[in-house]
Amino acid sequence: MQDEPTPKELIKAVADFLRNDIAPLISGHNAFKLRVSINALDLVTRQLELEEGSDTAELARLSQLLGQQGSLGELNRMLADRIASGEADLQTPGLAEHLWQTTMDKLAVDQPNYASYKRELGSKGA
Amino acid sequence: MMEQALGRCVATWCEGATGVINAARLSGGASQETWSFDIVHPGGNIGAILRRAPPGYGAAPSRAAGLDAEAILMQRAYDAGVPSPRVLHVLQPQDELGTGFIMARVEGETIPRKILRDAEFASARPILARQIGKVLAGIHGLDPAQLPELRRMTAAKEIDEFERDYRSFDWPRPVFELALRWLRDHDPGPSGEVTLVHGDFRHGNLIIGPDGVRAVLDWELAHLGDPMEDLGWICVNSWRFGEIDKPVGGFGTREELFAGYEAAGRRVDPDRVKFWEVMGTLRWGIMCCGMMQRFRLSPEHSIERAMIGRRSSETEIDLLRLLAPRERG
Repeated sequence: MQDEPTPKELIKAVADFLRNDIAPLISGHNAFKLRVSINALDLVTRQLELEEGSDTAELARLSQLLGQQGSLGELNRMLADRIASGEADLQTPGLAEHLWQTTMDKLAVDQPNYASYKRELGSKGA
Repeated sequence: MMEQALGRCVATWCEGATGVINAARLSGGASQETWSFDIVHPGGNIGAILRRAPPGYGAAPSRAAGLDAEAILMQRAYDAGVPSPRVLHVLQPQDELGTGFIMARVEGETIPRKILRDAEFASARPILARQIGKVLAGIHGLDPAQLPELRRMTAAKEIDEFERDYRSFDWPRPVFELALRWLRDHDPGPSGEVTLVHGDFRHGNLIIGPDGVRAVLDWELAHLGDPMEDLGWICVNSWRFGEIDKPVGGFGTREELFAGYEAAGRRVDPDRVKFWEVMGTLRWGIMCCGMMQRFRLSPEHSIERAMIGRRSSETEIDLLRLLAPRERG
């Protein structure tokens, strides 16, 4: 077992330092790149926070939907193939709900400020 | 060094020019560069832009029309009254500047968030959607006989290319599969009318002033095809920059866009526009995945490209909003 602090705490500390102490000192293209870098660290923090829960739920949905066991990668490939072949579509029970939930979970990590995501969060079923 | 080379080049076609100052590289990757500079002239300095592939980078990517074609397209657009920078010079081998062209610099803004939020553009925003309809009608009305050689594209060909790109990433994306399937099932077939299509008509490629559109840039992806493609692409949610209830670039309605287009004597097919909006949303999603690929494979190891890779999920939610909207309640 690794000791504390956790990766999440360490990355958050680095991101806060760059945001609060370094960003005000930098200008021009490097300021832009620094902002992108801080965004990347924030994304990693969110992923470390949320990934385990969303992966577990996604795996359970995929197993149910496909009637198969496997890894997340394997089952996602299987679902992709079934949609490509026409074997599964939006009429397939549970498919639309699964794609929505999976996509919402991705946005929660990738881009929680994306306007479409915020709109859907505020609507029914989120 | 760049100013000396540009100065020698400018002296061959710009009578009275005594040199070049303020040369600054604006953007671009390794194979294509954009430079801004001023031509020193007794009648007043002339702002100019160089767009070039440096010596040694002759070959354009397969989808690009090529810099020579871009120069001709811009000149044709300018001649037809489409807002466009005037082309001043097409690079010749003896210029020793590579391939490309020099155009007049047009003052204005290309950054979407400024165009959509700053007070300076408050007068432009309400008129932009309609104006863009008119500009697109102008582009689609250019005489095909006067155009350079361009690729002829159809929806079916584009879907094939997207699918090939997507499969090459070897990463399963059920939402993209759904979109590919939808596009194949809803392909309206070859367009009855084939025109010049700009191919990348969106924020970033439009110079905007308080008076509206001042120039259409970046004809790199121009081709012949369904004119409704350009109308669909400008409606893709990724170009609304948060203003998601204003489908045209975050500043206007489809109705205004269509009205501007039809007032210029052309017809809109709204179903085709919707089809191309779905296509465009998937296209941007696949382009984001391509950025991730380039981040991994290229030695630059750009954090910006890496983060654009994580924006492909934005297009997934937009595709679901288009193809599988949830009931509101």
